[in-house]
Amino acid sequence: MAEAPGKTAPAAAKDDSQKRQKDMIGAHFAKLARAKENGQKVVYTFVPGNLTELITALDLLPVLPEINALQSGMRKKSAVYIAEAEKAGHSEDVCTYVKCDIGMLKSGNIGPTGERLPEPDLLLLSYTGCFTFLKWFELLQQEYHCPVVMLHVPYQPDGVVTPAMRQYIVDQLENEVVPALEKLAGKKLDRDYLAEKLKLSAQAEDDLVWVWESARHKPSPIDGYFAGVYYIGPIFSAFRGSQDAVDYYRLLRSEVQARIDAGKGPTTPDGDLDDQAVRLVVEGPPNWTSFNDFWHMFSKEKAVIVASTYTRVGGLYDLGFRHDAADPLGTLADYCLGCYTNLGLPSRIELLAKYVRDYSADGFFINSVKSCNSFSAGQLLMLREVEKKTGVPGGFIESDLVDPRYFGKANIENRVQSYLQMLHARRDRSLSQIPARTTAGVQGVLS
Amino acid sequence: MQCTVGIDLGSTTTKAVILDLGGNIVGRGITNSRSNYEVAAAVARDEALTAMRFSLLQRALDEAGALGRAMDKPLGDAFRLELYLVELTALQREIERLLDQPAHAKMRDVLRPAASDILAEMTRTAPELFAPGAERKSDFFRDIAGAVFVRLAENLCGAPQSPVPFERLVGLYDRAILDVETRMERRDFASLLDRAATRVVPRDPAGDQLRARMVQVGRTPIAEVAFVGTGYGRQTLPFPPETVRSEILCHGRGAHRTFDGTRTVLDIGGQDTKAIQVDGDGVVTSFQMNDRCAAGCGRYLGYIADELSLGLHELGPLALQAKKQTRVNSTCTVFAGAELRERLALGQRREDILAGLHRAIMLRAMSILARSGGIDNEFTFTGGVCNNPMAVKVLRELVIQNYGEHITVNTHSSSIYMGALGAAMYALDDHRQGKGGMMPMFAQTAEAA
Repeated sequence: MAEAPGKTAPAAAKDDSQKRQKDMIGAHFAKLARAKENGQKVVYTFVPGNLTELITALDLLPVLPEINALQSGMRKKSAVYIAEAEKAGHSEDVCTYVKCDIGMLKSGNIGPTGERLPEPDLLLLSYTGCFTFLKWFELLQQEYHCPVVMLHVPYQPDGVVTPAMRQYIVDQLENEVVPALEKLAGKKLDRDYLAEKLKLSAQAEDDLVWVWESARHKPSPIDGYFAGVYYIGPIFSAFRGSQDAVDYYRLLRSEVQARIDAGKGPTTPDGDLDDQAVRLVVEGPPNWTSFNDFWHMFSKEKAVIVASTYTRVGGLYDLGFRHDAADPLGTLADYCLGCYTNLGLPSRIELLAKYVRDYSADGFFINSVKSCNSFSAGQLLMLREVEKKTGVPGGFIESDLVDPRYFGKANIENRVQSYLQMLHARRDRSLSQIPARTTAGVQGVLS
Repeated sequence: MQCTVGIDLGSTTTKAVILDLGGNIVGRGITNSRSNYEVAAAVARDEALTAMRFSLLQRALDEAGALGRAMDKPLGDAFRLELYLVELTALQREIERLLDQPAHAKMRDVLRPAASDILAEMTRTAPELFAPGAERKSDFFRDIAGAVFVRLAENLCGAPQSPVPFERLVGLYDRAILDVETRMERRDFASLLDRAATRVVPRDPAGDQLRARMVQVGRTPIAEVAFVGTGYGRQTLPFPPETVRSEILCHGRGAHRTFDGTRTVLDIGGQDTKAIQVDGDGVVTSFQMNDRCAAGCGRYLGYIADELSLGLHELGPLALQAKKQTRVNSTCTVFAGAELRERLALGQRREDILAGLHRAIMLRAMSILARSGGIDNEFTFTGGVCNNPMAVKVLRELVIQNYGEHITVNTHSSSIYMGALGAAMYALDDHRQGKGGMMPMFAQTAEAA
């Protein structure tokens, strides 16, 4: 039955792992709030190509503005922040993560837990595949007057990483990034400590990959996109390389194992999705301002997302990469080069096609966001190519990351429904017996 | 007789198509969507059921020989006249009711006789509207009656020393028609038919016999066994989930059934534009729709028609008279309106600007078509906008220009019904699979009938 307009979908029930994650994040933001009084230095950086182990090995605290922006979107604060940034002269066409962050800054820099975020002591531009990142930190530098360290990461147009590309990054790390971080920390980098952290990273990564790949089961015990964004929370933010992250992923894995044992699907806004009618792969970031509504559009139609590329923006671990304690800077270079948004279109097409095949998906769906050209450029071409390679149909909608003005619920729901019904109709085609053209039995009013 | 019903609740019009269990189209109906989808759905379905009964009737008339065949057209016109008179009575009742309200206390003595005279004249002259050869610009009661009411009101109020204010009188009509339109009244087909037959069938033994046969056919029980609703309004109406299909699927399937070689369908409706690719079975393989903005849809033309104080149906023919095509840059509907006014002020011809506006809307459609995968061979244009000859002409040119001479471009006089046709086909599928659903309000009226 059609739902009353304006009604918002409920959030999915929380698992223990999610509660644990909330506590971890709460503790981190509490640490950030007290950073200045405790004399701790703060480094702002980005999710793709983040050098968390390096930052935390020097006892520096990371802040990830993208995550703050998406959190503001989920907490319904982004519209006000974006308006604030537009008042300050940023046009409607600027990435809304940037505007949300600038607006938050101008509104007192209150983070997702309600506590004030500390100003950065350093801006670590760890990944340059997104041109907007450069501009974003230029803007923050003007606001905070702090140093910026840039790590230039070569793009992978054809999916090949050459030794020269790798060495180029290692040299930058050795000669620029590490010295800058050491200077800020006031101490030398303990490379053994860094290696220990990288070892913990690899342990957590093993469990995360296991969780992702659990979606090969039928029914899938996880939702690899909407629930997936929670699963990647710790490892893509401040916790990679920590025991906390290792413990979190062990707990998550045990929960997923329990679901597999019980033949259960994931928890969704519509309850446990055990009866799964459609398995989908999704490309593109979610919309954060109507996150539960967007999820509900799929879960109410019994569609489960078995894999997504967005959950790989912070690392493509399921293609085999693990942080390697034996080669700390080299492994960080490999990590930065392998970011999803650092891949050219052919590699992204291959990856989507692989997910469709590996996870026995019935279709794939693209959420093309206005703000993010790193994701959106070429997505229509990807749609056609993945269709050709896999033979399964793609769906396409347009929305945005955190600007609620670009999420037209009725229109998007119409497209999602149409797409899912198209999948059903294609499956049911053999049942359809109506002749393609019939001669009307009676004429007159019909002509 | 058993049948399935498909209803397409568009933002501007609501369409219904009825199929018999062999998949043949046996009736269709259309009405304006008003502000009330529930009434619109019921009216469109009622129209389609009426058309279906006429289909049956026509068969009976054919079997009845020369007299029966001769009655076909006059009977249809007489039936429409009877329907019109029923609505006119409802309008009269509603105007009387409004006049009793305190708001009209001061002017009541002036307005009541004026309205009464106009309605009496409308009733007296109603047969002329449905006489052989009479042309009607619309099939909707609100348009036909509105035109006559306004003309008579102009005459009456324009007379020297007339105390009747034109705006108040027409305002009365505007208010009353809303209620008349949104009230659901069941029509008794057999008695309406009987009255219509009395008007046209000769009063002799052969005529009496024919009339009796007509009434008998008019009372044939019709059983609706499955229903599917589609279109924008399906979000608003409480359709049971099993009876809902997306308009993408329905338009694709309806268009494919009408032109079975078609693999690409463009549907331009009131507020969205859909480019749909279908396979050899008419099942959708991919689609694209306008996102974020409804520029370039039917409403765009509606807005332009309002700006020029023209009827929607007048735009296309006028644009065809263009001597050159003015370049219109705005794809935003409101800005296009501003551009129109500016160009008119610069002295450019209305026809030329209109030609440019039609091109602007079709360029938007071409972009959506390209996004959906383009056109390979046969292409079908559906939706309300394909009733506009200039829109069809421009689209045809652009398709040939972009995709080559070999492309077959189809349009059909019934293109507006494609969504409802596809919906009725899905209802038939459901019925054949033993899971046909009914909309509760239709199930009740079907039982009552």
